[in-house]
Amino acid sequence: MLELKNISFSAENETGEKEILKNINLKIDDSFVVITGPNGGGKSTLAKIIAGIITPVSGQILLDGEDITNLSITERAKKGISFAFQQPVHFKGLTVYDLIGLAAGKEIGINEACDYLSQVGLCARDYINREVNSSLSGGELKRIEIATVLARSSKVSIFDEPEAGIDLWSFGNLIQVFEKMHKSSGGTIIIISHQERILNIADRIVVLGGGELRATGTKEEILPELLGTVDSGCKILADSAKEAK
Amino acid sequence: MNSTELELLQIIADMNASPEGAYNIRANGQLADRHVTENIDIRTKTDSPGIDIIIKPETKGETVHIPVIISETGLNDLVYNDFIIGENADVTIVAGCGIHNCGEKESRHDGIHTFFVGKNAKVKYIEKHYGEGDGNGENNMNPTTVINIAEGGYMEMDTAQIKGIDSTKRVTKARLSDGAALVIRERIMTHGRQTAETDFTVDLDGKNSGANVISRSVARDNSYQRFFSKINGNNLCSGHTECDAIIMDNAKVSAIPEIAANSIDASLIHEAAIGKIAGDQLIKLMTLGLTEKQAEEQIINGFLK
Repeated sequence: MLELKNISFSAENETGEKEILKNINLKIDDSFVVITGPNGGGKSTLAKIIAGIITPVSGQILLDGEDITNLSITERAKKGISFAFQQPVHFKGLTVYDLIGLAAGKEIGINEACDYLSQVGLCARDYINREVNSSLSGGELKRIEIATVLARSSKVSIFDEPEAGIDLWSFGNLIQVFEKMHKSSGGTIIIISHQERILNIADRIVVLGGGELRATGTKEEILPELLGTVDSGCKILADSAKEAK
Repeated sequence: MNSTELELLQIIADMNASPEGAYNIRANGQLADRHVTENIDIRTKTDSPGIDIIIKPETKGETVHIPVIISETGLNDLVYNDFIIGENADVTIVAGCGIHNCGEKESRHDGIHTFFVGKNAKVKYIEKHYGEGDGNGENNMNPTTVINIAEGGYMEMDTAQIKGIDSTKRVTKARLSDGAALVIRERIMTHGRQTAETDFTVDLDGKNSGANVISRSVARDNSYQRFFSKINGNNLCSGHTECDAIIMDNAKVSAIPEIAANSIDASLIHEAAIGKIAGDQLIKLMTLGLTEKQAEEQIINGFLK
């Protein structure tokens, strides 16, 4: 179980200090959680705080009851937290095979590595020896990024907007990947997403807006209101949108 | 040969005492072992130190190893090796120099390699430089490579200097005829107070000749690297030079790529980049469970692979 207690974060910008997250309290059990909400609402910041990439100004993060607030990225990774970047990193010289091997944390065969790539819809043999650099398209890099998380058996896997940069055709395939992961890993999957189809497979939806927790609940509770936003004016998002301005 | 020497052989030439194909092993300034084949002859020069490697036309798929090892301290070794590669041959040449210097004096190897690549011949040339030692003696190497490629010939040169060479000045000069092509890949890593200078000059004289010079290097500690490359486009030709360096600690790197078009049909590109390891690369690998140090090593190893 992942627990966030009173997490706050602020950053300097031209106009001074901006509060990005305000006192977030959230308990995430073994389940498939989707964090959604308007752009600039603090979703990616929250994800990075969980992975240890950003240190919160205040608050506490607990993993299975253990305080991990002061642990480094590496220590958290070793405790079973994985993070898939929204914008995958390029590496000159490291191949897809190298990266997946590092993710697995042990020597893995070509077949095993290929298996992870196939799961994200890449024809593995074509990619395994390619360098992870700009010769790959954005969508390809994104899928490789997701494959690196698949290769780790994690307690908590965080995906920052996995749909960004992936074409519609492969998207259905990707949802199956997440569903399969959910069943097999037994861990927690946290996805930051705006995609209705991802929201639809969530056990729980968390709405973040203006740096605050707007709502949390099952998809039956949250989804009708979210999807009705355009017609009826969803209160949750309308409030967030107002504050974002 | 003793175990130190065998170990050096393995590192620089990936070979055991008696590899397949033709070979010439030079140890401490002397011929240690030689083997020739029907198609590949190796002869000791009579006018200067060094050897001639003569590869018959149409020789296909053969390999020549010509490693040099130095395990005595204070040895100053200079050789001139000429490679004559016959028409339509397709061969691999593995050269390399390993120094194990346990003493207090400078050990030094200067090799001057001259290639004559025949018409439509194909050569892959692999060269490794490596030094080690537990003494204070310096390991210095100054390899010079002169390349002449005849019509339609092709040469690929992979050169690496990964460890332990205190000072090196590497000079490579190439001249290409019609339809000839040259690819050079250089990898250098310097530590401590080492200095490495590298200097490429390529003359694209022939019509439809082409050259690609790629250098990747990592400079650590207080080391210094200087990369210089010049491609002269003297005809309808294409040339590309690229220098990419990772700088760490207090190291210094300077890159001076030059392209000169002396013909309206010359198409030349140069690229040079120097920078430290990107923070997001480290973070990504750390999210996979690597420590910062391990992440750094992986990035460097990949970069120099």
